[in-house]
Amino acid sequence: MTDHELMWRIAGGSGDGIASTSQNFAKALMRAGLHVFTHRHYPSRIRGGHTYTEVRAKTEPVRSRGDGFNCLLALGDSFARNPQEDAYYGDEEIKPLSENLDELNEGGIIVYDTGLLDSADIPNFEERVEENDWHVYPLNLREIARDHGREVMRNTAGVGATAALLGIDLEYFEELMAESMPEDILEPNKEILHYTHDKVIEEFEFTHDLRVPEGSHDEEQVLLSGSDTIAYGAIDEGCRFIAGYPMTPWTEVFTIMSQALPELGGVSEQVEDEIAAAALALGASHAGVKAMSGSSGGGFALMSEPLGLAEMSETPVVLVEAMRAGPSTGLPTKPEQADLEHVLYTSQGDSNRVVLAPGTVAEAYEQSRLAFQLAYGYNIPVVLLYDQKLGGELMNVPASHFDREPNPDLGAVTTEEELEEAPHGPGGKFHRYRYDAEDGVSPRSIPGQKGGHFLVTGNEHNQAGHIEEDPTNRVTQMERRMSKLDGIREFLDEQDTQTYMGPEEADYGLITFGSQQGTVAEAVDRLNGAGHSVKGIGVSDMMPYPEAEMTEFLESVDEALVVEMNASGQFRGLTQKELGRFGDKLSSLLKYNGEPFEPAEIVTGFEASIEGQDVPDQQTTYVPAAGD
Amino acid sequence: MSAFSAIGEDREIDREEFTPTLEPQATWCPGCGDFGVLKALKQAMPEVGRNPDEVLLVTGIGCSGKLNSYFESYGYHSIHGRSLPIARAAKLANPDLEVIAAGGDGDGYGIGGNHFMHTARENHDMTYIVFNNEIFGLTKGQTSPTSPKGHKSKTQPHGSAKDPIRPLSLALTSGASYVARTAAVNPNQAKEILVEAMQHDGFAHIDFLTQCPTWNKDARQYVPYTDINDSEDYDFDPTNREDAQEMASEAERSLYEGEVLTGRFYVDSERPSYQEEKQAIGEMPEQPLAERYFDDDYEWERSHDLLLDRHK
Ligand SMILES: Cc1ncc(C[n+]2csc(CCOP(=O)(O)OP(=O)(O)O)c2C)c(N)n1
Ligand code: SF4
Repeated sequence: MTDHELMWRIAGGSGDGIASTSQNFAKALMRAGLHVFTHRHYPSRIRGGHTYTEVRAKTEPVRSRGDGFNCLLALGDSFARNPQEDAYYGDEEIKPLSENLDELNEGGIIVYDTGLLDSADIPNFEERVEENDWHVYPLNLREIARDHGREVMRNTAGVGATAALLGIDLEYFEELMAESMPEDILEPNKEILHYTHDKVIEEFEFTHDLRVPEGSHDEEQVLLSGSDTIAYGAIDEGCRFIAGYPMTPWTEVFTIMSQALPELGGVSEQVEDEIAAAALALGASHAGVKAMSGSSGGGFALMSEPLGLAEMSETPVVLVEAMRAGPSTGLPTKPEQADLEHVLYTSQGDSNRVVLAPGTVAEAYEQSRLAFQLAYGYNIPVVLLYDQKLGGELMNVPASHFDREPNPDLGAVTTEEELEEAPHGPGGKFHRYRYDAEDGVSPRSIPGQKGGHFLVTGNEHNQAGHIEEDPTNRVTQMERRMSKLDGIREFLDEQDTQTYMGPEEADYGLITFGSQQGTVAEAVDRLNGAGHSVKGIGVSDMMPYPEAEMTEFLESVDEALVVEMNASGQFRGLTQKELGRFGDKLSSLLKYNGEPFEPAEIVTGFEASIEGQDVPDQQTTYVPAAGD
Repeated sequence: MSAFSAIGEDREIDREEFTPTLEPQATWCPGCGDFGVLKALKQAMPEVGRNPDEVLLVTGIGCSGKLNSYFESYGYHSIHGRSLPIARAAKLANPDLEVIAAGGDGDGYGIGGNHFMHTARENHDMTYIVFNNEIFGLTKGQTSPTSPKGHKSKTQPHGSAKDPIRPLSLALTSGASYVARTAAVNPNQAKEILVEAMQHDGFAHIDFLTQCPTWNKDARQYVPYTDINDSEDYDFDPTNREDAQEMASEAERSLYEGEVLTGRFYVDSERPSYQEEKQAIGEMPEQPLAERYFDDDYEWERSHDLLLDRHK
């Protein structure tokens, strides 16, 4: 890619502070007026192993990771140096340098820690450097850190070095360090930062020409992940109860909420398992509090029965499902979009739930709020479906985006005054589940309200809530519950929740859902720039499915390529099932190696698809339309 | 004024208020011990002074789970084994409610065993009634966790090779602050224990012996029984944990030998309830959370303020 954008990758061992360093790096660039986006890659282990984070920054908005990267800071894996006798650590010592070279773009920069890494261990290093016109700056970061503070401050030394090479003002890093570090570690860190920065300027002749451009934002920006925005959306919508059990990557939302809720007078509960977690959310919701729970694939599987109970009993609840690669425990720290069918159809009986899938960090805030509005407005469970990529990536968003009124409204609930007027059956029993409810939504009462007691049950029940197997009652209640989805679909249509990309008229369509939206948006722009006629749509309503919008979109194009991160084309399947046609128009571009798409992969995949060819990249798969 | 005016209402409560005005169709067999629990519970309510609109009765699945079809109150007939997590969250959401959870031995000690342990450990202020009939009733007579060793059923034709679970000991070691056993054939004691349990400030576990004349014909009908708190033979102090533990093991062993020991095994009125613990460390508001949603003057915090603090 062009030189005016920075794609900085920091690599090292898990536990070496890669995540926090990259977060500060991204924040510093955001404060310097740039738009930023991060992409994380980490193994499922606590200490050591190869991990990296990319920070992409430029003056225009960034929606996706880039293609490869152009600046590598290889810190080394400090844990690889203390191998336990009984454990095999392989050649991890050199991975932060060796593993990343394949994706380093031509003309890119390499800064590496000679204190931990030896380029002589990397096969053909010199030849590759020459061939690719890389600019190498070896530095003993470990020694610098040790001499001026402590060895763990290698990260700061590395940041000082790349800041010098890229021309980033140190003031941004100093500010951030001052905000987060106690005095005794702040001083040595500052010293290391400056020392390395100055040393690089003095000792090296810069052969590269990548410099970070000047930027400016029109308004104040904040740096947030999808997990942050899901949590903040919930808070703004009045959610004050969360119950959970840790599982990557859902743990992030759970942690953020657990730290925030006590401050806000709410309650967070870490409980014995996911069945309990979902059941607690139902209990709190039933008692009149906005509640949520969540998990990732395996944990969500355990929630299947409480989810069904929420449907049958019409107990509002929001369940978050953070996808990672499966089946089973799969790739615990890698993204995939293969739990779509799981959340759509898990639990027995006819599905009667809402499933929303936000497409970007900013959108996750809206969708989280929407999830609560729908759950409480319609007395229905709502699943918020996202993945490890969206949950963990950081993006700058204008702060004003979150400057909204809180909405603690409990939705379809009666007051005690209304209860007096409400229809009651024989014997004065409150009709919680009345047949004639408008839009299918029969308001509930809350325990403790006078005159409102009723029975909730997961069995089929009559208007008063009592178990009832009469066929007419069954059909009436079933149809009422299902009919809520029609109202919800109309409501969602008005909210305009789908995201359109590219020109209004185009020959081809790109369709995606969830976290791939930003990458597809970038691919759409590039394709149009290259002379293709392409438009895109990022769908966020999985259930109810946006029939009208999708029909219109698909009718307007000759062919459409569905981009998703799974092996079986679940979203394409859903689209065909819901619309009952277009099988001959839809083809798939799939990726399921544990990494999200890069924009170039979509561009290449698209070009191959319109020519009816196989995609050249082994990491992506093209599945032609059913009519082919 | 509170949004929940049924709570704390000061008036005479009549036990008949808890009888559904429109009788649901009977689903319990004639002679079922569950009728005894229902009767004792209805009798206990006037003494506890709670009205149907301030009681939340959460049940699991099984014959026992049908309890709230016959008991007029806010009711949540949930799923097999999960009454406790639902009940305890409702209590956290609104501590002013009288929260009772109920289920069978399969429900509570089998599928819900994990929740039992943890709810007791946390000492939630609620009452938990386990209908212990030593059998799976609703699914037609399979061996349950409390069935005696050697018990034959259609799914265990050679007789169970497992020792029965020890519910009283389990409750005790898990941390329940009130542990009792009573029997459907003894409605007076049952009522007294229910009243105490509801008034107890912490997790009160009642192993309620109920007979299942349909599937467990061989089982003793739990008569004669001995009330350990009244009997001269058992001089022990239920506030002493070691005494209680010994007494519980004795009762659990002797039950299968034909001697039925009932009464309070353990009462710890000192231990703070979970809610009190959580409030003390600042993890739970003093005002019931649920009230807040009806309080028009409450100032709801916004994420925006947090955001500018942490994410700029
Ligand atoms: C998850 C699940 N597994 C199994 C069942 C079937 N089931 C219903 S009641 C029951 C056993 C109930 O036995 P117990 O708890 O002892 O209660 P009782 O009927 O004796 O009162 C079972 C296994 C179910 N409803 N849900
Ligand atoms: S099967 Fe047993 S437990 Fe169930 S109702 Fe009949 S007698 Fe009672």
